[in-house]
Amino acid sequence: MSIQQKFKKEVTIRFAGDSGDGIQLTGSQFTNTTALTGNDLSTFPDYPAEIRAPAGTVHGVSGFQIHFGSKAIYTPGDTCDVLIVMNAAALKANLQSLKSGGIIIANTDGFGKKDLSLAKYDPTATPLQDAKNSGYTVIEIDVTKMTRESLKETGLPPKDVDRCKNMFVLGVVYWLYSRPMESTIKFLNKKFSTKPIIAEANIKALKDGYTFGIATEIFSERYSVEAAPIDPGTYRNITGNDAVALAITAVANKSDLPVFLGSYPITPASDILHSLSRLKHFGVTTYQAEDEIAAITAAIGASFGGSLGVTTSSGPGIALKTESIALATMLELPLLIVNVQRAGPSTGLPTKTEQADLLQAFYGRAGECPIAILAASSPADCFDITYEACRIAVEHMIPVMLLTDGYIANGAEPWKLPKADELKPVTFQYQKPRENGQDKPSFRPYVRDENQVRPWAIPGTKGLMHRVGGLEKEHETGNISYDPDNHQMMITFREQKRDNIARFIPDQSMDEGGDSGKLLVIGWGSTYGSIKSAVYEAIEEGYEVSYTHLRYLSPFPKNLGDMLNRFDRILVPEINSGQLVKILRDQFLVPAEGYNRVRGVPFTVAELKDKIIEMCTS
Amino acid sequence: MKSQKTIDRAPTNGERKGKDFASDQDVRWCPGCGDYTILKQVQNLMPKTGIDPENIVFIAGIGCSSRFPYYMNTYGIHGIHGRAPAIATGLKAAQPKLSVWVVTGDGDGLSIGGNHMIHTLRRNLDLNILLFNNEIYGLTKGQYSPTSRVGHVTRSTPMGSIDNPFNPLSLALGANGSFVARTMDRDPKHLQVLLERTHLHKGTSFLEIYQNCIVFNDGAFNSYTDKSTRDTTSIYLEDGQPLKFGPDDRHGIRLDGYRPEVVDLQKGDWSDDDLWIHDEKDRNKAWLLTTFFEDNREVGHLPRPFGVLFAEERSTYEGLLQDQIAAAKDQHGEPNLDELLAGEETWVVT
Repeated sequence: MSIQQKFKKEVTIRFAGDSGDGIQLTGSQFTNTTALTGNDLSTFPDYPAEIRAPAGTVHGVSGFQIHFGSKAIYTPGDTCDVLIVMNAAALKANLQSLKSGGIIIANTDGFGKKDLSLAKYDPTATPLQDAKNSGYTVIEIDVTKMTRESLKETGLPPKDVDRCKNMFVLGVVYWLYSRPMESTIKFLNKKFSTKPIIAEANIKALKDGYTFGIATEIFSERYSVEAAPIDPGTYRNITGNDAVALAITAVANKSDLPVFLGSYPITPASDILHSLSRLKHFGVTTYQAEDEIAAITAAIGASFGGSLGVTTSSGPGIALKTESIALATMLELPLLIVNVQRAGPSTGLPTKTEQADLLQAFYGRAGECPIAILAASSPADCFDITYEACRIAVEHMIPVMLLTDGYIANGAEPWKLPKADELKPVTFQYQKPRENGQDKPSFRPYVRDENQVRPWAIPGTKGLMHRVGGLEKEHETGNISYDPDNHQMMITFREQKRDNIARFIPDQSMDEGGDSGKLLVIGWGSTYGSIKSAVYEAIEEGYEVSYTHLRYLSPFPKNLGDMLNRFDRILVPEINSGQLVKILRDQFLVPAEGYNRVRGVPFTVAELKDKIIEMCTS
Repeated sequence: MKSQKTIDRAPTNGERKGKDFASDQDVRWCPGCGDYTILKQVQNLMPKTGIDPENIVFIAGIGCSSRFPYYMNTYGIHGIHGRAPAIATGLKAAQPKLSVWVVTGDGDGLSIGGNHMIHTLRRNLDLNILLFNNEIYGLTKGQYSPTSRVGHVTRSTPMGSIDNPFNPLSLALGANGSFVARTMDRDPKHLQVLLERTHLHKGTSFLEIYQNCIVFNDGAFNSYTDKSTRDTTSIYLEDGQPLKFGPDDRHGIRLDGYRPEVVDLQKGDWSDDDLWIHDEKDRNKAWLLTTFFEDNREVGHLPRPFGVLFAEERSTYEGLLQDQIAAAKDQHGEPNLDELLAGEETWVVT
């Protein structure tokens, strides 16, 4: 039987197995190879909240999805074309994400009696046969047996041999999708450089998996996915959390500005702390505090001392920080607060995604407390928007809340590397010292410039001794003041200072479609990829719809109101119960309509497209 | 009281005097408040430290004591309730050369900010913490505090407090504080000496200051200052000296195993050689000293110790942090941002 080679425009593959099966590593290797092949791609890991959930159970299933193609790819894919399962639990947990008629590659050794029982299938169940009967193509491979066969000459103990199963499977999938193995071989040699026998075993399993694809006749088709038209440049894969950490470091390095991170571990934000902890030589100091409040107040202390204070957390941690954010607002010091949102309220679904902290960012503090708010739209965008957030915090002496979420924090996509030389330093100048004799009258820390920004006067500077605090300040002197008119004036100044940022950010532009018309879709945050794909497909199918995506939320770009007013209807899809939609209606008096689902998972392209078409035709 | 460890008087910060460290703001504590004495003694200490005012920062939380920074002509932050040690930690870690002082109270530092207090003590940044203990909430107008005694009738405890109070020095020592000391507002000389010691100690210094709240808890510490009682209620510690107190130092304290015992030195049964010799570096004995905490209304109670109960030099957090930063720079050399951005694997699209 000859094997047919088929060309595909886009493919989605999901690897799934037990937490101990090396699924994340397998997925990331497939991702790197696919990137090197020139495809555009997007990935998302899906792992259990428990560190070591019981082996073989549905709770312990770890997944990794990659969507790649010869065209622009914006999401990890709604559903997958191919599902690779290492055991029965992985099938049970993931079958619903497979397209009807899709391919299942199953490790039959993971479907024994015990595996079925752990996965809570009926003891007499035959899930693979059932899948065949439901129209799926099921490729059955006894991966355990094949790997043991492949490595029987190595003399390695069975435990080490079985750990190479994932490489055998990766080899099969490399063959199926016509991918080269070199990158993974290089990776294995490096990873196991101190254990060459293990490296050799993994490489042999990988190659034998590939050969298995050629030699056996279980596949009737093989696929290629051509390179995508991608902007020329040097690329790497990047997760949102890594991009945030790199941007903070780049700001420190380019601007010669010390950065101080105060943080307390919390899912899904901890990776930013981990990454920055390794970059002390770049002028980044990290501090793991005793709690969320200590983390942010330490950052405020550091900002008072001339560092850019940064704190990273997720919704529940941000809730604890609110009083401190208000303090920073009163002190008028630069501060970056990163909220990697997760599904709430309370502990909620810590490893799942949501964008339900927008109103918290806008309004979640005592008193009139304006801060700047920005949101990242994709893993790679986390770099640019974090850089912007740092710039605004320093140049406008204001706390900036940056919203990302678990989906883009852990998801990855190719990122075109910026050149360090081309990154613009953040501009700042500490207030200059005053010589002896000049220090009367006292230094006035709240004298403002034309943008209502006060000077950054740091301890250690002669003649600038002054006191700041959470009590209302007297205009210019910064002394305590209970004067009613002064309070009104300071409230107004702080608001104007935030609003003036709009003069220093780009105007809002259209991502898709014309500048006016019947329907505008407007989104913010991690929904970018899904909305972009849905709108693009709707336009391809002849519907008239435009799309714009917000990255600057407070203040909004100054042309946003005009833009909204040029459309008859406005659709605001959000993974919350309707938050941006409230703010748009409030600020612009437009009849915006929400599309809201709060399920802990990203929107599918299909559901958004359905909604768009429904609105275009009703 | 004598001490060899006071500052060698060689001020380098010009010819400044205490009043040069007063800010231009009117001090707004109640007339007769113990805070005035403490403010004056801290201002008087400043010229002796030799540190220029621009290199000194006072950080406070919320409460009567926490208004302190506004009255010092240095840098200062009046922060939020309980968080002064955390704010100070960030500032000191980022700017290790600054002299950073934390001013807090029994409510601010031990109740709402108790967590930051214990973690700051264990980390041992070179901070000076002044805890004004008046055993009451003053600014919120008279509720009981975590140091109020059992039975204390306040606005929130009309039938008397049923909360067992903190022993602040046991708490500080238990949190592995490296400098644990006690003084009081009514003894300005002792206060001045202890402030000097607090400043000189490299590490987190924890100085508890008994401070009289004239409005809501007047006279809480009278028995330690009244001429008629102070001889039997208090004992002043001197490093290397035997523990003696009472009129003409007639009483001594000896250790019977781990049990402290008050002895009469004038009867001839005991002499100085039998007494407990104070050793500031002895953590176990310091622990015993912190437990001299009985209610002084009880018969046969041990005297309340004033002075430095424990002092030990050990590594500071910011020192270790600077070491790690230096080691990272040695290991990695000149930072290369392009390399960092590129990560482990890149590909080129042409």
